[in-house]
Amino acid sequence: MAALIEIPSSVLGERKIEVQGITKEYVNGRERMLALQPIDLEVRRGEFLCIVGPSGCGKSTLLHIIAGLDKPSAGSILIDGQPTNGPGPDRILIFQELGLFPWLNVRENVEFGLKMKGMPRKERKERARHFIQLVHLSQFENNYIHQLSGGMKQRVSLARALALKPGVLLMDEPFTALDAQTRDRLHDELERIWAETGQTIIFVTHNVREAVRLGDRVIVMSYRPGRIKREFAIELERSRSLEDPEVTLKAKEILFELRSEIDKAVLAEYSHA
Amino acid sequence: MRKVLRQVAFYAGLLAIWELVVLLKLWPPYLFPTPYSVFESLRSGFSDHSFWIGIGVSMKRVAIGYAISCVLGVALGFLTAYSRFLSETLGRLLVSLQSIPSICWLPVAILWFGLTEKAILFVVVMGSLLAITISVESGLRSIPKIYPMAGQNLGASGWKLIIHVLLPASLPHLISGLKQGWAFAWRSLISGEMIFVTLGLGQLLMMGRDLNDISQVFAVMLLIIALGWLIDAIFFRGMERALRRRWGFATT
Repeated sequence: MAALIEIPSSVLGERKIEVQGITKEYVNGRERMLALQPIDLEVRRGEFLCIVGPSGCGKSTLLHIIAGLDKPSAGSILIDGQPTNGPGPDRILIFQELGLFPWLNVRENVEFGLKMKGMPRKERKERARHFIQLVHLSQFENNYIHQLSGGMKQRVSLARALALKPGVLLMDEPFTALDAQTRDRLHDELERIWAETGQTIIFVTHNVREAVRLGDRVIVMSYRPGRIKREFAIELERSRSLEDPEVTLKAKEILFELRSEIDKAVLAEYSHA
Repeated sequence: MRKVLRQVAFYAGLLAIWELVVLLKLWPPYLFPTPYSVFESLRSGFSDHSFWIGIGVSMKRVAIGYAISCVLGVALGFLTAYSRFLSETLGRLLVSLQSIPSICWLPVAILWFGLTEKAILFVVVMGSLLAITISVESGLRSIPKIYPMAGQNLGASGWKLIIHVLLPASLPHLISGLKQGWAFAWRSLISGEMIFVTLGLGQLLMMGRDLNDISQVFAVMLLIIALGWLIDAIFFRGMERALRRRWGFATT
């Protein structure tokens, strides 16, 4: 079953990320579980790619592999045509649970990656300030993480990733735990920051409307073993809103494709219980 | 403020009950001292410098022994947390050794080191090292995986990961382990000093017994409690407060 590929002309840039034949197999004693079937994927520079799929389709695993935090069983990841080996400051993953450091304040969190790189104190302080301003948190730069709201934490995490000027942002269901208003605002902010910084973004979500709201392209992944089932180009004008009828319509189309995979996932879960 | 008042009232009440028991003459005064005679004992102990010397000697010993325990304990904690082999072998051994009261190390210490300072330091180290090692290990094991993962993602690896992520992430456990280690070190020292006669608070305590001076015994016990509390209040309470301010644990 070949995936139907529709690449929109608007994002025809050079290749930024190439995922070549990535598979992931978990071995537990005699049991083998294929989490990812060979996945091939190209993301162009400056593209906003969304991946949707039922839980257990391996979309998070794929993101961790691209980030270099998980090893694939086979295949390789190329960034700007260069093969990657392990994590690197050229692609930063934003975790669902964020992983902000509670022992550091907002500015120190944003500086963390720069400090690891060995950037001089003064320079990294300036750089951190700039990105904290970009996510509108200047007033809070000396606050500790527990003093921030959920949406603010998301923005700190975004600033911490952007401060490294990575080129590739990998986002793993970042807005799932937020209330609707905060999420809407963060969609706007993310879109603005994406336009301003020219990042290439892979955004994993289980919310199809969110994917249509944000993405240039939406990929539907199948339930275990994960593979790319279908791709959709989203050629709606930006900036979109979750409530736009066109967004809803497109989401319906994608959801139709996704439904059978969700049913499979649910069925598998029940049969295990 | 009200908390302080309540505490003052509690201790005043305690003193009053003590005085009352003395007045009831249940026991002869050489078995049960009056608050005043204990106070007198404290005063004379400080004015003839014997208490100052005892405090000085004991504090120096516990400081050296505890410092050795901290360094060794943190290192051993890291080794057992990150080496499966060491945790299954050394780690198990350490847990079982913890059931030995620290004073049991004294005969070994005296045979190995003779009646020297080294023997008493050995007892202090053996008394506190295990508690520190075990809590460092469990602290490191309980670090949420997300922290080292986020650290690696942002470019930390090797030593940088240990210093900038793993150590600070384990700090809540580490501090409670160090605090526990301190309490163990202090107790081991005093019990060691009681048997092993050279200057120090433990020896002053035994001297009180030898002289049949119950007031001195009470006075030295008060000193031991006060010093243990003081160190806890100055170092550990402060660290815990700083930690809470950053991490935002529920304040107690």
